[in-house]
Amino acid sequence: MNKGFEPNIVGFACNWCSYAGADLAGTSRIKYPPNIKIIRVMCTGRVTPAFILKSFQNGADGVLVAGCHPGDCHYIAGNLKCEKIMDVVKRLVGILGIGKERLRLEWVSASEGGRFADVVTEFTEQVRELGPLSGKSQG
Amino acid sequence: MSLEEIIKDTKAYYCLGCGVCTSSCPVARVIPSFSPRLLVEKALFGFGDEIISDKDLWSCLICGRCASRCPSGVDYLNFVREMRMEALSKGKEGLLAHDGILNTIMELQSLNLKQDRNFWITDDLEVADAGEYFYFVGCLPYFDLVFGEGGLCDVGIRSIERARNTVRILNKIGIKPVVSNNERCCGHDLLWNGDLEGFKRLAELNLKTIKESGAKKVICVCPEGYVTLKRDYPRFLGEQDIEVIQLCQILADELREGKLKFLENASVDYKKVTFHDPCSLGRIAEIYEEPREIISSIPGIELVEMERNRVDAVCCGTSGWVNCSGCSKKIQTERLKEAEETGADALITACPKCEIHLNCAKYNADLKIRIKDITDLVAESLA
Ligand code: SF4
Ligand code: SF4
Ligand code: FES
Repeated sequence: MNKGFEPNIVGFACNWCSYAGADLAGTSRIKYPPNIKIIRVMCTGRVTPAFILKSFQNGADGVLVAGCHPGDCHYIAGNLKCEKIMDVVKRLVGILGIGKERLRLEWVSASEGGRFADVVTEFTEQVRELGPLSGKSQG
Repeated sequence: MSLEEIIKDTKAYYCLGCGVCTSSCPVARVIPSFSPRLLVEKALFGFGDEIISDKDLWSCLICGRCASRCPSGVDYLNFVREMRMEALSKGKEGLLAHDGILNTIMELQSLNLKQDRNFWITDDLEVADAGEYFYFVGCLPYFDLVFGEGGLCDVGIRSIERARNTVRILNKIGIKPVVSNNERCCGHDLLWNGDLEGFKRLAELNLKTIKESGAKKVICVCPEGYVTLKRDYPRFLGEQDIEVIQLCQILADELREGKLKFLENASVDYKKVTFHDPCSLGRIAEIYEEPREIISSIPGIELVEMERNRVDAVCCGTSGWVNCSGCSKKIQTERLKEAEETGADALITACPKCEIHLNCAKYNADLKIRIKDITDLVAESLA
């Protein structure tokens, strides 16, 4: 346990499902750790490898990408495209030494406010366990 | 550096305005407004601000064709490098190719992270943690994930085979090289894109890693890595007690001593090939003959020359992952056509980036010529 360490989490959430899910968590007053900074994208298909790598470069300890469940993407298959790219980006952050565990892709629908809070809580705790992305400040 | 200092440092004041540079420049042939001569002249007339705001400052390929012909010895490459440093300090940069991921990958390597870059080492390869020779793998593991099959920008190549084949060849000639998980990108692109500090961070980490391994000789395959370690590390970080060698030099020596043997009729795939001199290997490092000696001694292969060869060779069209454009594609497809016109079945290159860029161009063009790396060719032909 890294006492006193508050991880910086960047979250990319798609407009139609996960961002609405986050909103629902908020309006339902479900608590989740405030470490995540959510960036709304129209679709997870918009999330490029550069988004992820730049986030880590600029100080993120973890990156969460959240989109519609397979079959629900409002642009048909943006989420599946994203899943494919994420597989490679995970390998990339793996060999870079950032660690695959610091990058996560999750499906959260607009009605799953509770699930959104659970995912964020769980991921934040996981990154907290991992500790700060080492060498970050040495940049 | 101030504009005056840059002019002094790169001997720009010697410029005669003859225009040999511009007429030699592959970019100027495609983009008429692009002119190395004009940039030098602008500097001499004190228009530094105009130079650093010019998007074309980032279109220069650092290919050295102009500088190799300049009658006054203007150091144009360092002129561009210094100007880019100035531009960067004012927040201006070129248009990064591939969304900038390759540049970010380089920058991330200067963090204190424990990489996992040696995933490619298979059981048949003999490598060591310490020893006399250090094999500098360079960006191959990253290139493989970005440009390899199923990668982010798949151009249908396997960069990492280069690393495996290099170790295979070295093992064959009795070298068990050090391969380190702590190696970083050499910093070439950061340096030439004007990020001197970023370059130095990577260089220091690499020198530390090499020294810790006890190696006195560093073997580079990537020509950019070679010139960076050999020329730029001493220049910017002081003299180093290491000898930097390019693989072709070792192989040519082994050949001359009769220690490198190829299979009889080794090359069934390629009968006639032509060699594309990578800028850093050719004009910068002046290693022209070694790769040719190696290729010609493979039984069953005939080496033919393109019209623009050796010091006149033309760049693979883009460098530093910046400003890759229609101009790059034009230079690349013309180069591939030139190779096809020789009647060769394959263009042989010796640089992983040439391989990537030329394959990318081939992707969208109706060109048949195959592109093959010299290291792979040698490894497949060894007896
Ligand atoms: S070739 Fe040299 S002397 Fe001639 S215009 Fe170019 S920089 Fe000036
Ligand atoms: S280095 Fe190459 S691309 Fe740049 S100005 Fe000279 S000839 Fe043109
Ligand atoms: S719209 Fe939600 S993932 Fe495409």
